[in-house]
Amino acid sequence: MSFPLLTVTALVPAVGAVATAAVPAAKRTAAKWLALLFSLATLVLAAVVLAGFDPGGDRYQMTESRAWIADFGVRYELGVDGIGAVMIALTALLIPFVIGAGWNDADADEDADGAAGSGAPGGGGPAAGGVKSRWRPTQGFFALILAVEAMVVISFAATDVFLFYIFFEAMLIPMYFLIGGFGDKAHAAGEEEGAKQRSYAAVKFLLYNLAGGLIMLAAVIGLYVASADQLGEGTFSLQQLTQARASGDFSLADNTERLLFLGFFLAFAVKAPLWPLHTWLPNAMGEATAPVAVLITAVVDKVGTFAMLRFCLGLFPGASQWATPVVIVLALISIIYGALLAVGQRDIKRLVAYASISHFGFIVLGIFAMTSQGQGGATLYMVFHGISTAALMLVAGFLISRRGSRLIADYGGVQKVAPVLAGTFLVGGLATLSLPGLAPFISEFLVLAGTFSRYPVAGIVATAGIILAALYVLLLYQRTMTGPVEKPEIRRMPDLKVRELAVVTPLIALLVVLGLFPKPLTQIVNPAVEHTMSDVQKKDPKPQHPVADHGWFDYKPAKHSGGDHE
Amino acid sequence: MIGLLVGAPLLGAAVLLCGGRRLDRAGHWLACLLSGASFVIGVLFFLDMLGRSGDDRSLHSHLWSWVPVEGFQADVAFQLDQLSMTFVLLITGVGTLIHIYSVGYMEHDPRRRRFFGYLNLFLAAMLLLVLADNYLLLYVGWEGVGLASYLLIGFWQDKPSAAAAAKKAFLVNRVGDAGLAIAIFLMFTTFGSFAFAPVLSSATDASEGKLTAVGLMLLLAACGKSAQVPLQSWLGDAMEGPTPVSALIHAATMVTAGVYLITRSGAIFNAAPDAQTVVVVVGAVTLLFGAIVGCAKDDIKKALAGSTMSQIGYMILAAGLGPIGYAFAIMHLVTHGFFKAGLFLGAGSVMHGMNDEVNMRHYGGLRKHMPVTFVTFGLGYLAIIGFPGLSGFFSKDQIIEAAFAKGGTQGWILGAVTLLGAAITAYYMTRVMAMTFFGEKRWKPDAEGNEPHPHESPRSMTIPMVVLAFGSVFAGGLFKFNESFVNWLEPVTQFEHGHSPLSATAVTSATVVALVIGVGAAWLQYGRRTVPSVAPRGSLLTRAARRDLLQDDFNHIVLVNGGTYLTRSLVYADNKVVDGAVNGTAATFGGLSGRLRRLQNGFARSYAVSMFGGAAVLIAATLLMRAV
Repeated sequence: MSFPLLTVTALVPAVGAVATAAVPAAKRTAAKWLALLFSLATLVLAAVVLAGFDPGGDRYQMTESRAWIADFGVRYELGVDGIGAVMIALTALLIPFVIGAGWNDADADEDADGAAGSGAPGGGGPAAGGVKSRWRPTQGFFALILAVEAMVVISFAATDVFLFYIFFEAMLIPMYFLIGGFGDKAHAAGEEEGAKQRSYAAVKFLLYNLAGGLIMLAAVIGLYVASADQLGEGTFSLQQLTQARASGDFSLADNTERLLFLGFFLAFAVKAPLWPLHTWLPNAMGEATAPVAVLITAVVDKVGTFAMLRFCLGLFPGASQWATPVVIVLALISIIYGALLAVGQRDIKRLVAYASISHFGFIVLGIFAMTSQGQGGATLYMVFHGISTAALMLVAGFLISRRGSRLIADYGGVQKVAPVLAGTFLVGGLATLSLPGLAPFISEFLVLAGTFSRYPVAGIVATAGIILAALYVLLLYQRTMTGPVEKPEIRRMPDLKVRELAVVTPLIALLVVLGLFPKPLTQIVNPAVEHTMSDVQKKDPKPQHPVADHGWFDYKPAKHSGGDHE
Repeated sequence: MIGLLVGAPLLGAAVLLCGGRRLDRAGHWLACLLSGASFVIGVLFFLDMLGRSGDDRSLHSHLWSWVPVEGFQADVAFQLDQLSMTFVLLITGVGTLIHIYSVGYMEHDPRRRRFFGYLNLFLAAMLLLVLADNYLLLYVGWEGVGLASYLLIGFWQDKPSAAAAAKKAFLVNRVGDAGLAIAIFLMFTTFGSFAFAPVLSSATDASEGKLTAVGLMLLLAACGKSAQVPLQSWLGDAMEGPTPVSALIHAATMVTAGVYLITRSGAIFNAAPDAQTVVVVVGAVTLLFGAIVGCAKDDIKKALAGSTMSQIGYMILAAGLGPIGYAFAIMHLVTHGFFKAGLFLGAGSVMHGMNDEVNMRHYGGLRKHMPVTFVTFGLGYLAIIGFPGLSGFFSKDQIIEAAFAKGGTQGWILGAVTLLGAAITAYYMTRVMAMTFFGEKRWKPDAEGNEPHPHESPRSMTIPMVVLAFGSVFAGGLFKFNESFVNWLEPVTQFEHGHSPLSATAVTSATVVALVIGVGAAWLQYGRRTVPSVAPRGSLLTRAARRDLLQDDFNHIVLVNGGTYLTRSLVYADNKVVDGAVNGTAATFGGLSGRLRRLQNGFARSYAVSMFGGAAVLIAATLLMRAV
């Protein structure tokens, strides 16, 4: 058996979590560096995964398969297609920045008495070091982040439905502690009220996601029963199920398929989140520290949209098409509603949260448009939204930590005293509004073009979203950064520090580079999208009057119909 | 090589914006140098192009495959033909002059380095816009110039009015941009491509309905960028930006991008007469709208902004006429680039000498104090009103003739509108001239009580003004000589001679009469009589025109207030209704939330217990299912 690269990629942050948690209380700086080191090691491994992925090769690569719970047909099966590989890379990429941005976020709690956060970090095992009398929030904070990373990586790599489900649910636990246990140091409503709202947000997060997960569990079980019924032996293996379906050995009755689809979809729509299941996100992102908010929206939530592509479309193609009209309408509502709500926010972090809801609408729209451009665009959207939101939110976090307030009205004129902070904030904002030249433009344009080619009206409605995006981003910038400096707290505001610059500069560089050269990503994603398209047996709408090939580009898709290059 | 045209200013922008304070002392010269380098490269290409025959002048350069997705190919590739070349020379030429002018104009601004970085960014984006070989890359330049415009309008960000104007410009432009995006989607679904060569060469394959839709969406885009009715409201506010910006971006180059877009897409419009009619109507309405607004403004820059709107209306109208008008639209665009940039630079020079006063009612008699500014501004004035022999005369006269040549009733209406526009142009420009340079002094001290001491501007500012004045005087004649400009563009835009029901002499005479009436009326009102320092109440029309013909009031009441109300109620509804409904549903499931909240007591043990509980449920369920 070859080297289990995917397992190791998930194991490294898990080990890192345990190791970080084990660092003695007095050496919290060492814990931070240790966590950063492990996250960077994971990034290297993810880069190896991405580099080793062969776009012309099998659908799932770097596969691992071991019996796990043989009695129930549960297997430890991992493998990535182009989409999974890219998502693992995104996760591994963002975690070091999350850690770097959150460097001092947990420190102030050091002397506080046991609040939440000391639970069991690590990949499911009990905390290394066991129960200690002295509580170490810094260690806990970073250990939890690494634990989340490990679980997210497994979720992106799992090709066994049950395995996926376990980690999809398990990541709620560290996330719950991260949201509930660590908040901004100052709270507009006072410290006590802040803690209250924080724990409310954490519980709301948990409840929504647990409820979705429970419904999914029922569907997972239903899928197993159906497969046991038809194949003789129950299985959770995605590959086995799709193959059996393709060969006709496994076919679900329409109603069964639809029910199972709904069970899966609901869980993913909570996580993604789709209107009207979105209300937990503004609470969670508002109360959590900025790095944790990035972890939620840029990393964890992406598991939801990713799983729609992999599981909903892959396992239930018929039901996916059946549900398409409703899903598209919900996605459109998310786009417009999220954007309008973002315009109306008074709190910086909640504004970014609503903007994310609008963006998740675009992702879901692209997935369910069922075109190559839509789904390819949606995949890129997941990656680029992750990077752009991280840039915007982390700079917002730096801003908030300086003034101790999340309220937009407490700012104004920041660019005068902290031009670098304002400049990076603007770039993050411009990426959020999908300015051409920056990466998110490409994904958004692909989603819109892919949607328009099948559903012109939906495409036009969604395009209106880009106008609203400009409004909420520029309003935010205008209110916080421009105008005269009137408040004394702003006059004393320092510009970005070296650590903060080190966090935000690479993100901005990536946004620019990927905006100009997305080809390395599209190359990996394209074949995976083709597979998904053939899963749902959909073909792109043909142009009415196709023009002759331009003749001057050097790129020919591998399986293009005009195979004159073969 | 073509990439260098874009690359040079882009490099400048990157270095200046990321370089930090070390570059404060020399950064502006670097920006001028790179802008000049781009101009020199442009001239070299131009000379090379002249050496080849008319059909062999288009250059193509493919840099890299940009977004390759199944069925969707976008490339970073440039195309340099006669149309692009014309723009390259205008953009880099006028751009370099304005860079040099800004060295003097922005001398005392502590953020001068950043200003020059933005200017270079603008040049790069504008060149990308006119050099792109496909609509998607054009879109990048299209929004890129929008970004540069946003940054430069709001350059003095601590002024709330500047920040608000910048945001407004970007937003209104985004509405247009959405139109461009939809046009690209339509091309993609119709042709499977959005590169110029394939789409434009096979445009006629598509149904007229499709092409009309594409044309109207392109027009929407053009309306946003070129400040045409109904998306014109941002241009007046954009005058908040430093004056060199108004000259370069909001007069000579960026705002004319809409004309470029329509001319470039000529093959689509030629096959969609309905779309062309709408283009012509938009042009005609805007040309009167801008002119009327220009008559009522007391702010010198806003009066010139109204004029810009109106002159671009002429160009859009000409472009809407099809092959009989494209070449004239572009010709007027170039001559307008010279004289309007010159007029703005002159206005900037006046403001520079008058403590940044913009109200013309507080000027007067400046011709003796600023002779160079007076002469160059005066030549620009003569050019824009179409004084026979100067640039504007030739280019505007051609458009008026082509408007008549549209034929039928339409032709007569359009011809009359363009003539009326010429008269109003003469009126408002004479008004500006008279109020600024003639009459008695009406100078007022500024807010800090400093009396103005008008003086001529430094050499770095006057030299660009002189160069532009030369262009204002001679460019039109040069272009008209031997029909050289029309012949130059013909391979790209095609050209047909329009058959006007009036003879060329009759049109020219009518134009001159309109000119004399306009100048005479303004001179009677503002030259002979004393101009009051405080604006009189004015007629109903004047008062409406001062408020941009009430469009701003409409925007404020409908869009701003309506939008605020909508978002506020949605925020309320999201907290109460949506959240409440979902929570209520959850609560009915046995008060789960209350119980969970009680669990939240901060003890790790109970979390561990609940985790184990969860796992146990899971395993039990699995077992159960196995048993079934």
